[in-house]
Amino acid sequence: MIRVELPPALRALAGLEREVRLDLPAPVTARAILDALEARHPVLRGAIRDFGTERRRPLVRFYACRRDLSHEPLDAPLPDAVARGEEPFLVIGAIAGG
Amino acid sequence: MTMSGIRVLVGTRKGAFILSADGKRDRWTVNGPFFGGWEIYHLKGSPADPDRIYASQSSGWFGQQVQRSSDGGKTWEPVGKEFTYDGVPGTHQWYDGTPHPWEFKRVWHFEPSLDDPDHVYAGVEDAAIFETRDGGGTWAELSGLRGHGTGPQWTPGAGGMCLHTIVIDPKNPNRLYVAISAAGAFRSDDRGRTWKTITKGLNSKYIPDPTAEVGHCVHRIALNDQRPGVLFMQKHWDVMRSDDAGDHWREISGDLPTDFGFAIDVHAHEPETVYVVPITSDQEHFPPEGKLRVYRSRKGGNEWEPLTKGLPQKDCYVNVLRDAMAVDRMDPCGVYFGTTGGQVYASANAGDSWAPIVRDLPAVLSVEVQTLP
Repeated sequence: MIRVELPPALRALAGLEREVRLDLPAPVTARAILDALEARHPVLRGAIRDFGTERRRPLVRFYACRRDLSHEPLDAPLPDAVARGEEPFLVIGAIAGG
Repeated sequence: MTMSGIRVLVGTRKGAFILSADGKRDRWTVNGPFFGGWEIYHLKGSPADPDRIYASQSSGWFGQQVQRSSDGGKTWEPVGKEFTYDGVPGTHQWYDGTPHPWEFKRVWHFEPSLDDPDHVYAGVEDAAIFETRDGGGTWAELSGLRGHGTGPQWTPGAGGMCLHTIVIDPKNPNRLYVAISAAGAFRSDDRGRTWKTITKGLNSKYIPDPTAEVGHCVHRIALNDQRPGVLFMQKHWDVMRSDDAGDHWREISGDLPTDFGFAIDVHAHEPETVYVVPITSDQEHFPPEGKLRVYRSRKGGNEWEPLTKGLPQKDCYVNVLRDAMAVDRMDPCGVYFGTTGGQVYASANAGDSWAPIVRDLPAVLSVEVQTLP
């Protein structure tokens, strides 16, 4: 079971608890997680990645296993610990402002 | 007509608030924040069904959401938020003079139609007008505006290239007015399919040709329902008036202490009574001398009187943004405005005296008023 943590603003928007759990086949990728997340919660469409281009929004980051995966291809396999559900896939609102 | 109450819809940098009072307008209930932490550029209710309200919810992090209420703001549901430009978006002019592709950033303004709660216009950045006919489920661009021959010359102002003002002629729903920073003002006489510039008479020293067809930084346009062909405009500098639906404009700044400002509105029952909030300059976005003064003209411009009773007259350095002033339809007419300092002021006597409804909201971006039946 894949574990996904969303920032508070998106959890409130989608009416979610702290962590989302998704059942996904291997290989687990960021794209697979986002597709499943948006299918289950359409209000999140466009909030993490742009409509159409599917590019990550500039001030959203993807972290897992203490690594910044934001610049990895969306189709790259995520770390095994994420695929096994040992570590969450973190969607982060980037630090911005003073 | 008996009217039961007032609802003031307030959009702020960090959420929406709804302020309610009965017809006396002296005791207020504050509800909110709704959508706390998100920028609420604008909320507006449908003239056809006051319980139908649309809210623009946006964030630099997480983009655009559109929220809809069907019970006067008690509960909300997210609706369609996909604003896709029609066809190949093309380019407008960037700050450095290079062509720059149109990119959707946010909704600045919703204008529900006069007769159908499901029909709403949306003004967006980068400048375009969209409409929904299914209550916000889907949005389609009225691309005749962006396709206007001048489109490639439009340039963003400091606040972005935003379509921030949409006015529907209350006696002729085929006629729409929009204003864009920093392109100017436009009119459609066919419900938004085709558009013409309405900038004759505008004179803007900050553009290379001060009387050019486009490039004017129009801040807001307002009209009185009883006389919709008469328009009042607060421009970047200059307060302007047109008596022919925008075909020609003349300056009415008259004896104002400064003719820079953002907000402008017209008394609900007196078509020659106009309100502005003078702001020192384009760099100094605060009232002259630290005195927050609404100025009222009862003669359609040129002669203005300061309205100060109940407003801070020293050490006040807030701004009043373009969509942050509105009037109700009570008699006497109520006037409302919000500040970047988080105050929302109300006058229940057409501006003669003021009192804050709330003092400590996040910076106010927009104020709209519903007069409830």
